Amino acid sequence: MYLTQEEESVLEGEQGPTLQKAMEIITALGEIYGADSLVPVTSTQIAGVSYKTIGDAGLEWISDLDGEVVVPSILNPAGMDLERWQEMGIDASFAAKQLEIIKAYRRLGIRCECTCTPYHIDKTLASFGDHLAWSESSAVSYANSVIGARTNREGGPSALAAALIGKTANYGYHLDENRVPVITVQVECKLKGADYGALGYLAGASIGSDVPIFKLISQPSKTNLKALGAAMAASGAVALYHIHGVTPEADQYESPDNTLIIERSEIDDIFKQVCENGPDLVALGCPHYSIEELERLSRLLDGKTLNKEVWVCTSRAIKRSNPDVIRNIEANGVKVFTDTCMVVSPATERFNCTLTDSGKALKYIPNLCGVRTQLAHMHDCLKGGDVD
Amino acid sequence: MLIKVLKGRPISHGSGEGRALISTQPISFLGSIDPFNGMIIESGHELEGECITDRVLIFPFGIGSTVGSYVMYQLKKNTTAPVAIINRSTEPIVAVGAIISDIPLVDSTKPDVFKNINTGDRVRVNGTTGIVEIL
Repeated sequence: MYLTQEEESVLEGEQGPTLQKAMEIITALGEIYGADSLVPVTSTQIAGVSYKTIGDAGLEWISDLDGEVVVPSILNPAGMDLERWQEMGIDASFAAKQLEIIKAYRRLGIRCECTCTPYHIDKTLASFGDHLAWSESSAVSYANSVIGARTNREGGPSALAAALIGKTANYGYHLDENRVPVITVQVECKLKGADYGALGYLAGASIGSDVPIFKLISQPSKTNLKALGAAMAASGAVALYHIHGVTPEADQYESPDNTLIIERSEIDDIFKQVCENGPDLVALGCPHYSIEELERLSRLLDGKTLNKEVWVCTSRAIKRSNPDVIRNIEANGVKVFTDTCMVVSPATERFNCTLTDSGKALKYIPNLCGVRTQLAHMHDCLKGGDVD
Repeated sequence: MLIKVLKGRPISHGSGEGRALISTQPISFLGSIDPFNGMIIESGHELEGECITDRVLIFPFGIGSTVGSYVMYQLKKNTTAPVAIINRSTEPIVAVGAIISDIPLVDSTKPDVFKNINTGDRVRVNGTTGIVEIL
């Protein structure tokens, strides 16, 4: 791999041990994946934030680093709402550890707005053609597929290394040849709302880590694309997808002959997987709700009586800038939490069954929290366990 | 004394020497290894009950959660880490974990590590040059 003189000097340790380690991580990954050089990144998004996932091991590593990020860098969700953690039922020892992790990241100059949807709160973090080093699988999928930026799915340490160096190794989805679709996914029924999460849940399990191109008859919104990509990145490892007539890079490609056909009945079956005694928590906002989704939730809540806990997760920035919408949602008994999500928070574990509108949560909550989960459209989630 | 030499790809710098411990199965550092004593605790793993501390740990590649990288760091801080690692074909979890933990790591040796080293052999690994010596 070609390194400039300056990159070589960092690797030799001339700018201190933290940058040396960061450069070692980037060049080692470059070696493993056959990169030819490093490429500057516009921004980084760093996973490995929840104390539930990284534990004391991760906290120790982050605390030992000494440096400052050189490109805009933002964190993935933490294990709790950083202010209202008590309302989530988080215990004080977990909260203390979680706040230590945030403090350690802040010391490195990282923006501690913990969100899986950085593209909702700052459009300058990712534009068409930008190279990025993002971690969170749904954000990676959205950046690559919907925005047309270029990022591999980074681990926590490699995203942090890229933040400190301002560059990443040029391989994988940074290169044109790896962005070409190899499988066509054909869906001949109309889709709405949580159908996209169900579709992603099904497609991801079949596709694995390949790049698909979809032929749809419905025209998905940005919200639908977010849900589709998030689910495919959870049930599979899809980091980039295209949709004919929708996503920005799709129309330069032909549809490969290798075709996966997904039928209405298969999508409907995903909604029929229900818990015996019904859900006791409705979990919305995976990935974090946008303002459009919160406004829709607010309208749907008017005149409804809720018979169970309803939690919705969003970013603190969205919550702050839309106080009226949030007030109306909370006035209807829904709790709006920020900085966290139901997948990485231990708060989910005390429930028996969650109802969600997210294909990603449907995949991850049972595995990571040991809680049964069923899928429904947003309006059905508010009705309770009865799914149309 | 005849010293046999394997040449691999240097991944994590530094050098280490110790007795080889070989697993033909992949290893997940998260959940399979106790960071406090270096014991392999995964039920049914071929190395279950073995201790990796100060060994040259040889396995095909890492699997499991990316948190495994941090567990390797914790092993190092607890002085329970292996002295070096040789993989057949390394992947980012173990590679990143070895780098942040100062554990020398070499992969893709020629000739193949599994055909030339046995558990208990004394091995020196240089993660800067990629040279593995069987002493």
